[in-house]
Amino acid sequence: MAEPLVLLRDVSVRIGATTILRRLDLSIAPGEVIGLFGGNGTGKTTLLRLLAAQLVPAAGTGVVLGVDLTGGDRVDLRRRVGMVGHTPALYAELTLAENITFAATVTGTDPRRGLDALGAVGLGQVIDRRASRCSFGMQRRAEFARELMLRPALLLLDEPHSALDAASTDLVGQLVDAVTGDGGGAVLVSHDRERIEKLSSRTVELVGGLLR
Amino acid sequence: MTIPSRQPLPLADAVQPGLRRQMMAVARRDLRRELRRGEVAWVTIPFGAVAVLAIPLAIGIDVPTLNRVGPGLYWVVVLLFGVLVTVRHTATEQGVAAVSARLGIDPAAAYLGAATASAVLLVVFEVAVGMIAVALYDIDPERWPWLLLVVPAVAVGLALLGTMAGSVAAGATATNLVPFLVVPLALPLLIGATAAFDAGLTQPGGILRWVLMLLLVDVAALVLGVLTARQLQETG
Repeated sequence: MAEPLVLLRDVSVRIGATTILRRLDLSIAPGEVIGLFGGNGTGKTTLLRLLAAQLVPAAGTGVVLGVDLTGGDRVDLRRRVGMVGHTPALYAELTLAENITFAATVTGTDPRRGLDALGAVGLGQVIDRRASRCSFGMQRRAEFARELMLRPALLLLDEPHSALDAASTDLVGQLVDAVTGDGGGAVLVSHDRERIEKLSSRTVELVGGLLR
Repeated sequence: MTIPSRQPLPLADAVQPGLRRQMMAVARRDLRRELRRGEVAWVTIPFGAVAVLAIPLAIGIDVPTLNRVGPGLYWVVVLLFGVLVTVRHTATEQGVAAVSARLGIDPAAAYLGAATASAVLLVVFEVAVGMIAVALYDIDPERWPWLLLVVPAVAVGLALLGTMAGSVAAGATATNLVPFLVVPLALPLLIGATAAFDAGLTQPGGILRWVLMLLLVDVAALVLGVLTARQLQETG
């Protein structure tokens, strides 16, 4: 049996004095897509940040892509985890092409792959437009292009369908397929249960920081 | 719109670029962003110039007095406004949820790249405001060659200290504290720059020890910044 991409055991996460996630167990196998649901403030984004090595467990053990979340090389892990969050992580002053090229340069990826990916998500005609002058949906697609270029082993998407027009919503599924086709995994967070269930291998729900 | 199901060379096979390449990419990114935002060119430099212009109005237009205190006042303006230049980077990177960290950039490369960009901007600021100070305070042109040593040494030191302080403050989620962290740390730069400039006028041989002091501060900030970069990113 292949080693899991994610293995959390009894993990709790605190931010300041508040415990956001409580004694969480989660395992994600290669090729698996997890749909994560939960109401506002239940810890969905916190869980994604934990998996992206942006937070450290306060208790329990967590291993993501073979890296211990407490004592492992978290910088290296971040290179291999892709995350598209609530707010666009693009440099507003740079063009879409420059944003992609920067990501390619610092990760040692061929920038042409990124420019091809911009074309694949329907932004081929606006690569020289500054991110600040793109709509939220276009910025989101540019982030999808970046993840497509980097092809992370674990893809984390927070409300991936928000701001996408009808013609673009299929991109989410295509991006997830591209990552899982390479043996990676994905976690999709959304309130849109119907859409996410179609893309997921299984679903879990966070209630008050507890996983069900 | 169709995403191809497979592409060659997944990231796992990509070769992680070296520190220098990452550092230069970060520096280029920051300079390009600044060029388009124009904050330094259209806000910081004009305000610095206004400060230099306003001082004679406050203490009186007495050329010998201005000539005597001018260099010191100029470096105070550089220190205070220079902090704003270094703070700019911290604020803008936070605004995009620390993309550098997300992309797994070597924290030392991110630190050095950001500091390099800030140093370039500080040199531009020092030269632009310096020309006004030289003209206004009637500073002897014979002193200028010394500035070729002092200006970049101060810019580098201030950039390194400011970038490091920005990372510390980001960890404490209190970026508005950056000036209070940088100014005390940068006092040796102010003292060294002023003393080097005075020594350049009165005893040219004496300038060397002050320039060496500036370089010592630069090296200390460089070593400390590189050694703590990873830890500061983790707590940021």
